Amino acid sequence: MTYQGPFLSALLGERSSRWFLAVLAVVAVAVPLMNLVFPQDSALHVSTYTVTLVGKYLCYAMLALAVDLIWGYCGILSLGHGAFFALGGYAMGMYLMRQIGDRGVYGDPVLPDFMVFLNWQELPWFWQGFDQFWFAALMILLVPGTLAFIFGWLAFRSRVTGVYFSIITQALTYALMLAFFRNEMGFGGNNGLTDFKDILGFDLQTDSTRCALFVISAVLLAAAFVLCKWLTASKFGRVLVAVRDAESRTRFMGYRVEHYKLFVFVVSALIAGVAGALYVPQVGIINPGEFSPINSIEIIIWVAIGGRGTLYGAVIGAVLVNYGKTYFTAAFPDLWLFFLGGLFVVTTLYLPKGVKGLVADSGLLRKLMASRRSEAGG
Amino acid sequence: MRVLASLMLIFFSCLMVQPSWGDGGLEPLLDKLPTASFREKSALFSRIADTRSENGLAILRAVASGDLYYRKSDRRTVFATRDEGGYAITDSLTGEELGVAGRRDVKKITINNALRGELKQLIAGFKLKSDKTSERIEAARSIINDPSVDLMPLVSKAIEEETNTDVRAVLDLAEAAIIVTDKSSTVAQKKAALSVLGEATDSNVIGLVSRFTLKDSDGNYLEKEAELVSSAEKALETLKAKQSFYDLIQNLFFGVSLGSVLLLTAVGLAITFGVMGVINMAHGEMIMIGAYATYTVQLLMPNMIGTSILVAIPVAFLVSGLMGVLIERLVIRHLYGRPLETLLATFGLSLVLQQLVRSIYSPLNRSVITPDWMSGSWAVNGMLSLTFNRLYIIVFSFLVLFALIMLMKKTSFGLQMRAVTLNRKMASSMGIKTGWIDAMTFGLGSGIAGVAGVALSQLTNVGPNLGQAYIIDSFMVVVFGGVGNLFGTLFAAMSLGMANKFMEPMAGAVLAKIMILVFIILFIQKWPRGLFAIKGRFVED
Amino acid sequence: MISNISLQEKTVLYLNGVSKTFDGFKAINNLNLIIKPGELRAIIGPNGAGKTTMMDIITGKTRPDTGDVYFNNEVDLTRYTEAEIANMGIGRKFQKPTVIETLTVFENLELALAGDRKVRDSLFFSLSGQGLARIDEVFEVVGLGEKRNAMAGSLAHGQKQRLEIGMLLAQKPQLLLIDEPAAGMTDEETANLSALLKSIAGEHSVVVVEHDMEFVRSLDSTVTVLHEGSVLAEGPLSKVQENERVIEVYLGR
Repeated sequence: MTYQGPFLSALLGERSSRWFLAVLAVVAVAVPLMNLVFPQDSALHVSTYTVTLVGKYLCYAMLALAVDLIWGYCGILSLGHGAFFALGGYAMGMYLMRQIGDRGVYGDPVLPDFMVFLNWQELPWFWQGFDQFWFAALMILLVPGTLAFIFGWLAFRSRVTGVYFSIITQALTYALMLAFFRNEMGFGGNNGLTDFKDILGFDLQTDSTRCALFVISAVLLAAAFVLCKWLTASKFGRVLVAVRDAESRTRFMGYRVEHYKLFVFVVSALIAGVAGALYVPQVGIINPGEFSPINSIEIIIWVAIGGRGTLYGAVIGAVLVNYGKTYFTAAFPDLWLFFLGGLFVVTTLYLPKGVKGLVADSGLLRKLMASRRSEAGG
Repeated sequence: MRVLASLMLIFFSCLMVQPSWGDGGLEPLLDKLPTASFREKSALFSRIADTRSENGLAILRAVASGDLYYRKSDRRTVFATRDEGGYAITDSLTGEELGVAGRRDVKKITINNALRGELKQLIAGFKLKSDKTSERIEAARSIINDPSVDLMPLVSKAIEEETNTDVRAVLDLAEAAIIVTDKSSTVAQKKAALSVLGEATDSNVIGLVSRFTLKDSDGNYLEKEAELVSSAEKALETLKAKQSFYDLIQNLFFGVSLGSVLLLTAVGLAITFGVMGVINMAHGEMIMIGAYATYTVQLLMPNMIGTSILVAIPVAFLVSGLMGVLIERLVIRHLYGRPLETLLATFGLSLVLQQLVRSIYSPLNRSVITPDWMSGSWAVNGMLSLTFNRLYIIVFSFLVLFALIMLMKKTSFGLQMRAVTLNRKMASSMGIKTGWIDAMTFGLGSGIAGVAGVALSQLTNVGPNLGQAYIIDSFMVVVFGGVGNLFGTLFAAMSLGMANKFMEPMAGAVLAKIMILVFIILFIQKWPRGLFAIKGRFVED
Repeated sequence: MISNISLQEKTVLYLNGVSKTFDGFKAINNLNLIIKPGELRAIIGPNGAGKTTMMDIITGKTRPDTGDVYFNNEVDLTRYTEAEIANMGIGRKFQKPTVIETLTVFENLELALAGDRKVRDSLFFSLSGQGLARIDEVFEVVGLGEKRNAMAGSLAHGQKQRLEIGMLLAQKPQLLLIDEPAAGMTDEETANLSALLKSIAGEHSVVVVEHDMEFVRSLDSTVTVLHEGSVLAEGPLSKVQENERVIEVYLGR
């Protein structure tokens, strides 16, 4: 885990990271090319639908990275990470709403359709500035980051840990969901924000914009991966592991555990926010459903399936489970929840290390898993 | 006045004492009804009222509500209720069920507005003569609700004859209500009536009195008599004070009612969390299973709805409890010492159970029939009425809590459970089979959730998402009250229930809920283990 | 009171009239204790005598209801958090050996190494030559050199005990609080441990809480007997063992 020498060359020297980044690069190049270059009837053509779908998976993968960073490395089980994702998404959605301008159904040059519908006379203060992309981009980081900072500061300072922390994060996202469902909040209520037209002047419906968004998602996913890798490979990462495995011990070694938790929690929220912001222009809608507690718990299962504490495992898990979801909900809609529920049970019971643990076969690792299991009780 | 009253008395007794008595008199009247003109119907209705029979009342009510029809084939008058493919009809005279009639086979007994007014009087008069005091009060209240000078003779006569003071008081109000709405009343009469109304405990009166204090757009009183305005304002003041007092009681009642629902849904969670340190995310589904058990029991005994709900309580306890034991033995046992993994695994189970119910019972909501003895409400007075289902649920939740306290304090199982809560290792080394205690505790917690489901089935529809709706609130109760202490759970459930209901009128239901969630998030800063947390050096962090 | 002791002599740890009650149970009751610089002290007492609670109070995990707890004559320990107290130079070893199982032995020591504990520093940390030398020093004291790159979780029980003491030493504390180190160790390991503790005393002050009488005897230090949250007797083991009340409540049964 400790890298000797410059970080990046060391990172690329690690087999799993090299593989991960290589595969991601191939996907980032191949998928858009196959969409734009090959004609529709070609066997090698990738439909725009697929581009968007895989782009969505990449955003989920980034979200999974964010969760793995705090859960896999620091043992913080957040059941409300969907909230940061959704907040980032709403910030992007607000920018996209403002870009519609007078092309909305009611043709109001400033007010989004839903505000005209609600008979609002002017733009609420918190919608100001969202016509500028740089401002929206700032908010994509600032809003989830600030919420994570305040919430984390309160929670970690008073040592809310374990299941209590999980329940409270769940309550957080639940409260936000209820709030965003209200029309009076000014975020489009039940329907959320949708009917986007263009982003930075590019038409969202064109294949080239879709492909560009796809490439940006892949690049930012890679960047988030490198960032997480850097954090976890530093001494900071080892302190996180120490907090996860023996919080008291770490404290008695003189580390201000709450500062470490707060820092990593905020970083994780920022990554989640960016993921949400990339997600919204690709799927074309953001609504309060994204805040629902079930969404947040689903992220956990992606990470658990892929194997926590490995980063690339989280990405694999996110893609696998979401592919499964796409497939099942189309082919056997009634079976999906059985399958997902079963995954939760089977993974926690038999695959404490996720799919990755199935592959790893070293004796030491097994021993470690066994000792970790007994340790986790303390 | 007295002379007038006695004259009226004589007049009315003549009117009332008609030769037709009993149901025997109804038949010829009903036979004429289908072909009668509006004018003839008016006479027929009074004669039906004169029979003073239960059946007559039912018939008049059915006419008023538009549920009385006649069958075209034999001109028999029938009660009809809409049904698939037509109307389910019953003979209005004999109560005999006549099956389903097509839309075109029956025709409604029509009335006009004048007749509707007459019917109202007849029905009120009917009930004012009832043997039951509750019915007489109800009748008098309905007059306050909708006073009409036409009813004055009836009311005056009833006041003369009434011996029960409670009924008498309501009748006095009804009389005053009629006087203040009657344009021909004198100022003195109205003033006297207003002071009577001021003494009332009836929310309908407020509307009547406040009419005198209305202003036009220039700010002048519509009522020209200043004397009346001032006495109306005086009456209004006392009325509003009383109203806000009873509103407070009503709110308290709603708060306690919500609190007792929260108590039922959360107490099982608090027990399992206290003893085993694990959060059962499938707890909500245990509630749901209890509710579906109630629904199923009702399907199995369709003719005994009243009893079915009582049967459902042990059934729901057993079904949910067994499910709990099963989950503990098959899943949770293997995750001991890994509370976060337990949380995830039980969440997975909750998804499976939801889908299972969807597959078995369909994704649509089912409604459980409320038995007669639980429906309706207890009208304490005209300003306060408490619904029976909520009352029973409050009582029931306290019974459950009491039974639990007894179980914890008086049985050896309870003693062992408390021992494991305090110090699992020590308990284990003293020969307590902690595995068995875990399974039983989980079963108990789930069983109580099932029982909570029985209660919830009386308040809301039964559907696959029923548990989800209550689970986060239950968590909040546990976080707020702390674990391992039933009184903590009681206190937390009641205070959250109250807070919710008292904030609702001010902030709206959703905002109230958000405020409570934010409060708990802040609360946990100061008391990370809840208000009634167990302290001590054995409690690990 | 404080000026009183500072006039008298230097103390590393000074507990005066400390009490702590949990739900009506008096875990610590008017406890007085003084540890001098470089002193090795053994604390014995039956279960529930308040040994662990005393450690919790000194290290900031638990706040006393009443009483003074001073470090180096002037620092009021009741006002600081665990991390701050640890950084002042008080190291604590738990009863159950607690090391970071998923890090290597070396990484465990590196984490414990005295130095800056800030988040920012940890992000851009690289081990200095001095730090490396310090770690090697610790390896010399506690052994485990051959396990340098092994996962701490793979160590045997006694080795974990030694690693944890090594981590304490890497912290360069002035005062070491060691909770039941001999539990679960072989005779040979116990003897080694006793020698190790005696060797680090002098440079550091060491407080050892222990059940094992043989081990306490081998430490050959002043012994404090705790009973029901307060000091029952204090002195050399031989003296303490003759004390009637000690025999009654603890040794004799």
